[in-house]
Formats: sequence, C-alpha cells, structure tokens
Amino acid sequence: MNRGIDRTLLFVVALLAAFGALILYSVGQTDLIGGNHGFWLRQMKWLWVLQLLWLLIAVCCAAVVYRTSFRILEWATPWAYGMSLVLLAATLVIGRGHGAALSEKSWLSIGGVGIQPVEIAKLTTILMLARWFAARREPPITLRGLLPPIVLAAVPALLVLRQPDLGSAIVFVGILFGMLFWAAVPLPLLVLLASPVVSLILAWSTTLWSIWMVVLFALLLIWRPFVLEGIVVYLTNSAMGVLAFIVWKGLKVSQQERIISFLDPERYRRGSGYQAVESRVAIGSGGWFGTGLTLGPQKRSGYIPERANDFVFAVVGEELGFIGVLVALGLFVALLFTLVRIARQAGDPFASLVVFGVASVIFTHIFENVGMTISVMPITGIPLPFFSAGGSFLVAMAIGLGMAFRAAEEGRAASYVESRQ
Amino acid sequence: MSAFASWEVARRAAVIQWVIIAAFVVLGGSFFKAQVLDHESYRTRSANTHLRDVSLEPPRGDILDRNNLPIAENMTGYSVRLVATSEDSLRAVLTRLDALIPNDTIDVETVVKRWAAARYQPALVYASGRYNAVAALEEHRAALPGLVIQAEPRRRYPDSNAVAHMVGYVGEVSADDIEKNTFPNAKPAEIVGKQGLELEYDSLLRGRRGLRFVEIDARGRMIRQAPAALSLPPTAGKIVRTTIDLGLQRFIDSMWRADLPDKRGAMVAMTPTGEILAYASFPSFDPNDFIGGIDRATFNELNTDPDKPFYNRVIQAAYPPASPFKLAIAAMALRRGFTMESRMRDGCTGSYHYGNGVWRCWKPEGHGSLTLREAISKSCDVYFYQLGLLLGGDSILAAAREMGFGERAGIDLDGERHGTLLASVKSYVDARGVSTWGNGETLNLAIGQGAHTETLINMVSFYAALAGDGIKRAPHIIKDRPGVVTRDLKLTPDQLAELRAAMVDVVNSGTATGNLASEVGLAQFQVAGKTGSAEVTGQKQLGWFIAFAPADNPRIVVGIAVEEGIHGALVAKYPVRAIVHYLTGKTVKADFNTVTEDLLHTGADSGQAVPRAVTRPPSRRP
Repeated sequence: MNRGIDRTLLFVVALLAAFGALILYSVGQTDLIGGNHGFWLRQMKWLWVLQLLWLLIAVCCAAVVYRTSFRILEWATPWAYGMSLVLLAATLVIGRGHGAALSEKSWLSIGGVGIQPVEIAKLTTILMLARWFAARREPPITLRGLLPPIVLAAVPALLVLRQPDLGSAIVFVGILFGMLFWAAVPLPLLVLLASPVVSLILAWSTTLWSIWMVVLFALLLIWRPFVLEGIVVYLTNSAMGVLAFIVWKGLKVSQQERIISFLDPERYRRGSGYQAVESRVAIGSGGWFGTGLTLGPQKRSGYIPERANDFVFAVVGEELGFIGVLVALGLFVALLFTLVRIARQAGDPFASLVVFGVASVIFTHIFENVGMTISVMPITGIPLPFFSAGGSFLVAMAIGLGMAFRAAEEGRAASYVESRQ
Repeated sequence: MSAFASWEVARRAAVIQWVIIAAFVVLGGSFFKAQVLDHESYRTRSANTHLRDVSLEPPRGDILDRNNLPIAENMTGYSVRLVATSEDSLRAVLTRLDALIPNDTIDVETVVKRWAAARYQPALVYASGRYNAVAALEEHRAALPGLVIQAEPRRRYPDSNAVAHMVGYVGEVSADDIEKNTFPNAKPAEIVGKQGLELEYDSLLRGRRGLRFVEIDARGRMIRQAPAALSLPPTAGKIVRTTIDLGLQRFIDSMWRADLPDKRGAMVAMTPTGEILAYASFPSFDPNDFIGGIDRATFNELNTDPDKPFYNRVIQAAYPPASPFKLAIAAMALRRGFTMESRMRDGCTGSYHYGNGVWRCWKPEGHGSLTLREAISKSCDVYFYQLGLLLGGDSILAAAREMGFGERAGIDLDGERHGTLLASVKSYVDARGVSTWGNGETLNLAIGQGAHTETLINMVSFYAALAGDGIKRAPHIIKDRPGVVTRDLKLTPDQLAELRAAMVDVVNSGTATGNLASEVGLAQFQVAGKTGSAEVTGQKQLGWFIAFAPADNPRIVVGIAVEEGIHGALVAKYPVRAIVHYLTGKTVKADFNTVTEDLLHTGADSGQAVPRAVTRPPSRRP
C-alpha cells in the first residue's frame, strides 16, 4: 500500500535542492579580487555551505508542518494571516534594505538573523484564501462575490508594494489568480478581472488598446455579467488606458527604467538594462553544453549581476548550457505537475487549495525569475526556488512543501477510504 | 462542494498542466534561441566584455652618431593605464592615483578625454612612468581598480642637454596632429617625435604598435593576461644613423658650459659636403624631462626663462651676418673681375665720408691702403664700403640671393627659419620711401649689417662651400641623405684658393691672430676663418667666427655665434679648439666604449662600413 511520504515529490525536491546547492557552490568560484571579508559564512565563496545550513533548518520546518494536521492549520490561519500583516506593516516602519535591494525596506532583523516577512505573508495569504474558498459551498460567480478574496490578497500585496517590492507584489497576483482558478471561479470572470491590467499594458499603443476595448465589449456581450459590473469593468478599462500615463508618472524613476529596459535592454546597456544584457550574454554564450560547472567566464569575472540571487539561473545557462537549462526546467515542470497532482488528489478542498496555492507561488517565482534572466519578463528581484541563496524564502518554500507532503498523505488516505467504501 | 468533485478537479488540473507546459515552452524556446541559435553572437560578446585590448608600444628606433654611439636609445619604462566602467569611477581612481604620486600631477581631463574616446579600452595615464612612481602604484593596487601597468620602452637621451636641440624629444601625439594627420597612422596616445630628429624622421623611428589582451572583471579590474597567442607583437622602429660625431658634440657642449656658461648662442660643425658633425644651441634643456610627460613646474621654468632654452639658435635665430658676409662680397667682386690684389681708391683712415654721413671702420686709427686679401684679413670696413658702392646695392642683393643668402640652408630638421634679405633696392624704397636708401644702405650691406640677417646654419653652409668645391649643399644630419646641391657660388678653384688664403691670414696675421696665440693645437693644422662682430639693435655686440681646417684640404667647418657676448676675435678660439679636437681624432668609439687616440682619423670621408638600416631615403613631411 502506498502509504507514507510521497516519493515522487521527495525525489524531485531532493534533486532540485542538490542542483541548487551545486550552482551556489559554482557561484562562489570566481576570479574576483577582494570582497571576501567579514564572517566567513557570509562570503560568496562559502555561500553554498550557508545555504546547506538553511536547508537543514528548512527540512526541520517541513518535517514539523508535515506532522501537522490541516485542521490545525485551518484553525490557525486567521491568526497567522493577521500576524503576517502586522509583520509586513512593521517592516515598513522598522525594516531595512539588504544587498542589491538596499532601498527596499523588506527585511526584519530578529535576533541578528534577517528575515523577510513577505515570504511568510505569501504562505498565510494562501492559507487565508484557501480557508475562505473552502468555507463556500459554491464558487463566487459575480465580480462582486470576488471582492473578499481580492481584498485578502490585495492587503499584503499593497503593503509589499509600499516597501517597494514590485516583484513580490506580483507574486500575490499570481497566488490570487491561481487560487481563483482552482476554486472553480468561471474563466470569463477571471478574464474580466484581469482586463484592467491588460488595458494598462496595451495603453502604450492606442491602436492595440482600441482593439482590446472592442474585444472586451464583445466579451461582455457574450458572457453577460450583471449590467452594473459590465459597466464597471468597461469603465475601469477605459480609465486604465487613460491612467496609464499618470500611473507611469507615479512610478519611481528606477521602476520606470526597469520597464523601459525590459522593453529595450540594449538601449540601457550600461544602465538598468545592464543586468538584462549581461545575463543574456552569459546564457547565450553557454551554447548547447555550457562552459562547464564553475568555469563560466562571465560569472568568474563578475559580469552576471546578483549571481547568487536574482540571476542565479544565468549561471546555469552559462556553465551547463541549454542541456543544463532543460534539466532544470524539466525538474521544475516535474515539481509543478506533482504538486498539481497532489492538489487534485487532496482529501479536502482546503488542503487542495493550499497545495495549489503553493504551486502558484512556485510557478510565479520560476516564470518571473527565469523569464527575466532571458528577457522574457521584466526585471523584478524575486528569488528562484531551490537556487537563489536566502533563508527566508527557502524556509517558506519548505513549509509550503511540507504542507504538500501532508496533503499527499492525507489525500491518499482519503482515496483509500473512498475506494474501500 | 461540487467544485471539488474529482472529475471537476481533474478537468482543471488538465487545463493547468497545459498552462504550465505552455509557460515552460516559452521559457525553453527563449533559451533555445539564445543558447543555440544566437550562441555565436553571444559568445563573441561574452569575449568582448571581458577582454580589453591594450596597445603595446613599439621600441622606437635608436638614433646613432657616425660611430654608432647612441644619441637616442630606449630603456625600460612603464606605462600606466586605467580600465574604467564609468567616468565617475575613472575620476575617483585618478584622484587616488594622483595622491600616491607626489611629484607628478596627472592631467585628469586629458585622461578622461582619452577614456571617452575609447571607453572599452584602458585609458593611458602615463606613457612612461618612472620606476618609483610605478612601484608606488603597484603597492596600492588594491585601491586602484582597473590599473594596468606594463613595461614599455622609454626614450632616453644619454647626452641629455648636449644633444637636445638636434635630437629633439618625443611625446604623446596631440589631437590636433591626429586631425591633420601630421603623423600617418598615429593612434591617440601614441608616442611621436615632437622636435628635432625625432620629429623629422618620426616615420622611420616610430615602428608599429602591437596589441595585447587582458581579461577584465565587471568592475574593470584586470584579472589576468589573455593567452599570448591573442597578442600581436609590436614592430620596432628603424635605426637612424646620423653624421653627428658625438665626441665632438660633447666636447663643444662641455667647452661652452665651462667657458661661456651664461652666454646665449649656437655652434655648428659640418663637413664641406654638408654632413653635420656637431650641432648645439645654448642654453639647452634636458630632453629626458619630456619623456613620459614633463611636469608643469619644469616646463614653466624652461618656458619663461628669458634666455629661451627652447629656442634653437642654430636654425631659428637670424643674426646680422656682419664681417663673415665680407667673404660673400669678396666672392662677388672676384666674379666681377676684381682680384685679390685690387685696391680701392681711398685708403682707410678709420672712417669713410659718404653723402652727408661719416661711416666708421672698426679700427679708428685706420688700415691705410689695402688689397682685397688684406682687407679680408684685417676685416677693413672702409675697403668694403667702397667695394660695395662699386658693386652697387641691387647687384649685391641679387648675387647674395643667388648664393643662397636670406634663405633656408635646407637642413633636415623641422622649424628652420630663413634670414632676411631684401629682394632689391626698389623693394626697400617701395616699403620706406625714396629718401631712405640713399646708398647708405649699400654701405651697411657691404659689411653685413643693415637690413640683412642670416641663420648660423646658413652662414656655416656658405663657408662649407668656400672650404669645399664652391658648391653649396643642404646640410644634413642623417647619414644616408646625400647633400642636395642648393647653390653654385660660381667661383673658380683658383678664386676659392685665394679666398681661403685670405682666411688663413685672418688666423695667422689678421683679426683673429692675437686671441689665438695661446691655442696649442694651431701648430698642427692650418686653420682658416673669419671673425665678425654684429651690431644688434638693443643688444651688445654679437660675436661670430666661422673657420675650417686644414686650409689646403678642409675636412671640417665650424661656426659659432655668441649673442651679446664678445667680439668675434674673442670667440675665435672655440671653433679652433673644436677643429683641433676633431682633427686630432680624440673621439669615442662605440666598439670599445673608451677614448682612443686615433691620429689617423679621417673624419668626414672615413667611409666607415656601417650596416644600412634605413632602406629608403626619408621623405620630408609637407
């Protein structure tokens, strides 16, 4: 009987963790002079050891969560959610920047160890949303009915945006849409919900935006939501088209540059487009098989920006080539498929939604992070699961995966019961 | 809740699996394009971002004297360059670098300009830094990211001041020169000749730059040198062999500095065929100061010195030719049918009455009646006043022009000036009005005064023609350059011999005799020469002496001009000593690096077998 831990998930996670540690080891192998000062574990050279220590802590956390019933989690969810909001708010007041994101107040120092409350908030938001949906008999079918979950996700997202951490704020959007989908909210509703964002993006081109507005009008006619909602959606879209310029003005110069450099990295080669270009050059120079682990010249000479965190995947691309990239992406797909499978087989809606939420977070992180290294996505500083150095995210991931292991076991137990009936 | 019925969940799971696959296909596709399709271009760019090329300066060709002693050579110097990713970081590093080298100031703006011209290349800070400066930088390398130091040939002039005006110096090519293409193929920051032979024969001496690559990290710090296979070695410049006799050059320099320490002036020695043996202008400067950039204090001191050490008095200063010009007048007279025995109507009484004026001879008590030969040896002004009137102003001007006066001698050095000589009496009258000529100017002209100036090199060149075959040749310093015929004095060998005899009298029983009595070397060689004392407006007399020896078969011609100095008769001993030094063969041979007595030294026409390094005649720049 297949009771016990989910072997597939364990296998995939173990492989990814090993792969990540290996890459982090390589990240420390450079020709750079200096920079190796301070406590040895904080040096780039020994980052992989630090990461392994964090991994140990993460495994312990995962084990604890694995032993915890979903009922306890469900009970604790509102408290945890509230606590995480408090922490996020506190971050705005007493937080500090760190490393490349020095201007972003995203870190809280607890007993000398810096933690990022946003990573905890991602989990608690998932739990809160799961709890909200699991309590409903039917999924919301109107935009108005979607308001509570939107608010639940928007509050932490806005707090994060104030840090300002655009990347993490986007992750909350990913969580929201993922869970709305998994909670069986009708697809047209999701499209309408997403439509203002589409308007905002298309506002750069009047023609494209006009076409979109016509399409949106047609969709509204076909799907026939409530008249008031339809009007609200249409007006919001119109406003977004107009407001885009004002929103643009409201962005910080650094954020504006990031967007421009995403659209045209070469133009900002020495400015904010620098990271995008250098990352792509490193990846492109890897070719089919790469330069070999630890041997990438771009990495060795320090051309890959933030090579231990945001752009760690560029190291994979340069040193292990397209084959290495395919292996990494394949492992990610395997992980996501496994999580979806567990969500599908979960014993109850809460567990299922939680696991799917975890999958959404992981997917958003992977797509955004890997996408930005190859200029498919704009540059936002969010870490890559299993690869980027950093304790908070690793522990948060482990807790999420711990819940997935738990759900897998409970789900199998449930299906066992079901099949016996 | 029916939404979580297993078939409903399975349907959504299927949808989301396709979404995941689509997303990863997009990612994978992007990687495939970058890593497989565009791999080559990215690989090239990867190499370009971390490789920087550093130019390797070629060793400049040596400049050698006629005995293969080095006048200009190379020693090891160090170039200092900086790799910078931004102007701000460059300035920051330069500020730190500047603070480390106390005695040198960096021209930050120049370095920034160089950097801006080629941002991905290391910007040159010093072309050839001094060893201790570079050592100080090396010590603080950690504080100076992007520092690239490499050993490079550094120009050196072993005889420093003694050869300054002849050899010149080198320096970084100016933006102006690059724009005008003064130096073909010169790249920014390349070292080119700035003065003297270095400038004149730069195209031969310079050689071709090489290239080397270094690996640079993202902050612009050099990690290591790229494989040697990637570097292109520089091509050394060609050796330029000169006609200079460095022993004589040194002798003249030390003699001047010992006997005439505060005097301005120049001295030049050549063979009758125009090969320059020594070339010196005083005061001088140390051309080594210019190598690797002269520091501002030294430059200002030299530049504001009232004695103008940068002024090349051999080819740039024009002086009234004075009595040495009397030989030209005498030559004209011989061509017109006068003989060495011709006498003028009036004997010398110490002055000559002409028109409303009284024209004095330098000797107030007078010379009495003289032949031309005696007039030359005594340098009698009254004789030449009358001769000048007989020849006529226009005639003298025309003949002088024909003999190459008022023109450049044509030496192979940049910056030679010509003296001033009227085209005709009419031009003078046109310029100043009819009344002012009044033939008084003709009298002045006849004794080398008035509206007439000459450079030392041109005067000595004229005397070289007198000492030789009556053909005036362009003087030259480079060995393989034949003396180009510029003028024919149109004197018969007999006439030349007679003129030389008169000049022997100058030394033996004329104006120079008294002051040469103590010159021991004179007994060995018969020296011929002509003294002169020029009146220069606003200055004391200028002393001339131009001499050659041996008188019957001259091998060396030496001329001296001393500003505000002393009468020509008093400066006569210096050329004589130089001549004796040269003819007695006290010269330094390169082969042994020791002084050897070589009494059989044949001087100019020794025809030493020197391997020819210069394969084509150097072309003068336009």
